[in-house]
Amino acid sequence: MAAINNMHDPKPEKQTNHRTRAALLSILPGLGQFYNKQFLKGATFFVVVVSYFLVNYDLFFKGAGAGPGDRGGIWGLITLGEVPGVRGDHSIFLMVEGIIALILLFFGIAIYVWNFIDAYRVGKLRDMQLDVPSLKMQLRNFKDNGFPYAMLVPAMVLAVFTVILPLIFTFLIAFTNYKFNNSPPAKLVEWIGIQNFLNIFQVDIFRDTFFAVLVWTLVWTIASTTGVIAIGIGLAVILNQKGLRGKRIFRSILILSWAVPAFITILIFRSMFNESFGVFNTTLLPALGLDQGFEWMTDPTYTRLALIGIQWWLGFPYIMTMTTGILQSIPEDLYEAATIDGATAGEKFRLITLPMILFATAPILITQYTFNFNNFNIIYLFNNGGPAVPAQSAGGTDILISWIYKLSLGSNPQYAFAAAITLVLSFFIMTLAVVQFRRSKSFKDEDMI
Amino acid sequence: MRKQNRINMALSYLILTIASIVILYPLLWVVGTSLNPGKSITSDMIPSNPTLSHYFDLFDPSKTDYSLWYMNTLKIAIITMVVSVALITLTGYIFSRYRFVGRKNSLILFLVLQMVPQFVAIIAIYVLLNMLDLFDTHLALILLYAGGAIPMNTYLAKGYFDTIPKELDEAARMDGAGHLRIFWQIILPLAKPMVAVIALFNFMAPFNDFILASLVLRSPEKQTLAVGLYNMVSEQFDNNFTLFAAGAVLSAVPIVLLFFMFQRYFVSGLTAGGTKG
Repeated sequence: MAAINNMHDPKPEKQTNHRTRAALLSILPGLGQFYNKQFLKGATFFVVVVSYFLVNYDLFFKGAGAGPGDRGGIWGLITLGEVPGVRGDHSIFLMVEGIIALILLFFGIAIYVWNFIDAYRVGKLRDMQLDVPSLKMQLRNFKDNGFPYAMLVPAMVLAVFTVILPLIFTFLIAFTNYKFNNSPPAKLVEWIGIQNFLNIFQVDIFRDTFFAVLVWTLVWTIASTTGVIAIGIGLAVILNQKGLRGKRIFRSILILSWAVPAFITILIFRSMFNESFGVFNTTLLPALGLDQGFEWMTDPTYTRLALIGIQWWLGFPYIMTMTTGILQSIPEDLYEAATIDGATAGEKFRLITLPMILFATAPILITQYTFNFNNFNIIYLFNNGGPAVPAQSAGGTDILISWIYKLSLGSNPQYAFAAAITLVLSFFIMTLAVVQFRRSKSFKDEDMI
Repeated sequence: MRKQNRINMALSYLILTIASIVILYPLLWVVGTSLNPGKSITSDMIPSNPTLSHYFDLFDPSKTDYSLWYMNTLKIAIITMVVSVALITLTGYIFSRYRFVGRKNSLILFLVLQMVPQFVAIIAIYVLLNMLDLFDTHLALILLYAGGAIPMNTYLAKGYFDTIPKELDEAARMDGAGHLRIFWQIILPLAKPMVAVIALFNFMAPFNDFILASLVLRSPEKQTLAVGLYNMVSEQFDNNFTLFAAGAVLSAVPIVLLFFMFQRYFVSGLTAGGTKG
């Protein structure tokens, strides 16, 4: 009986130990596959891994041995160069090259590790005396499993170079003393640890500016976004009432403020709020009996009010459109049941409509807050973040992102300090991202590997 | 009850009318200004002797580079749109339909990346473009727009593809269709609203972007509308305002038309892809 069973079951495993041997032999890439008698695969692994490291060897390890200005790789990333000058080491280029070298090295190691795993797996199949897939099967498997990766390559490469690499670079810059007065090729940049972050709190002008800007950024984000959401939902509810005539016309007019490119409208408002020529001070306010007009561009309080008002004007149609879609999907019988129970219009709105809207649009509402947290365009195009404030390195309406812009590209740029502020800003946003991530239902429900 | 209802309706019309006036006033004011003779800013909404001369001036190379900016922006917008739509629909499809190692981590990475605006890394972008010798080229701008659109729009696309039943893919696979054919002939035609939204957003982005364009492009003849119009207003405010107004109207009109053409796709494209995000 036992003998018959053994014919069908895989044999006891300890008789052979191909998996360990194959994995160990894979230290030389491809040799494990040869041991497993998969010659073509072995040869491919060998050629790919060896040529990858040969081609990139210089990029990875071209260190102190080479002459100044000609070295780089991981050494460059660690030291940021030793000899300043046009013909010496360029710290910033060394850093970028170093990051690229690290990314490429990571991929090389990944292929190398895959070589071990593959040899081990096939060895295990042999240990269990199962069939090793034929070459044809392997190729087909490779084609099917490789398809998603192959299709992702273009988008991923582009995203790495335009989004991820710049962010890693900014992250690293934050720990250096890179600024306009201390920049290559004339000078070397050095690692200085968390000094930039300490400066936010220790240097008077930076500390005062940072907290002033931070407070206004939060006030701006909450006031502008909450207003946009309230107006958007309110107008959507009004527009979608039964029996209202001219819905299409009203909706088309209201959506205009979304359709016109925002930068154009902001520039238009910039002109309308101009203190000496703008229509607000010359026409609209005098019509209300306020002949003096307001200092829209020179008094921070008025600039702030104007900015929040403009963002309300710009932002609500998006929420209104979104809400309209949801309103149309709320089942009619909910309202009928409520009417029978004697609910007033206000109660229906508060207990049915609003919760439905907020529930369905929560992720979008959160992105609206992050959008305004980073709304550079309106702040910069309206009044360049101004008016200027004495004893601060930011203007009265600068939010974190526009302050970073000024620190990076203004007069006497403070690159490293700007990068440190960027990290602080990213920290705020990531916190919001986590909140959204947790709420995101489809993420939880999904059968993810 | 009926009386209450009538008051309600009257109030609704009142609010909608006020809101419409608030929306229309600045837009009509600019149209009026652009038709005003003279150069400076006025408060006449309806000019007494309207003229189109500022619109003609826009295309006079001796007066402004407006037509150049327009062509540049159109070129960048169209290429960005094509590249983004191709990359994003394919990427979104892969994330929606395939299960592979690294999928979950990539999705989380995208979620975080879409929160951080690309241009916080201005210094890095600046240095990279210098190293790659791409400074002051339209190619750099297109790559930045297309790359920056990937994280957020991939989410939108994936969310929309998730709503298309997987049975369709399987049926097609039974009939012997390959991976790409299923995507191209079965799934993509069903995702038209989403494609329309992504195409429009990516077409509009170069029209709206000021910061990256002002960072990358230096030569005056390479500038885009956003940078050009900004300089018009900020540098020579009072003596060129009517010209700016005409330029603003001409830039806005095509976008507004496109927007209304695609408007019906917005609700379905955004809610399916977005709220489930």
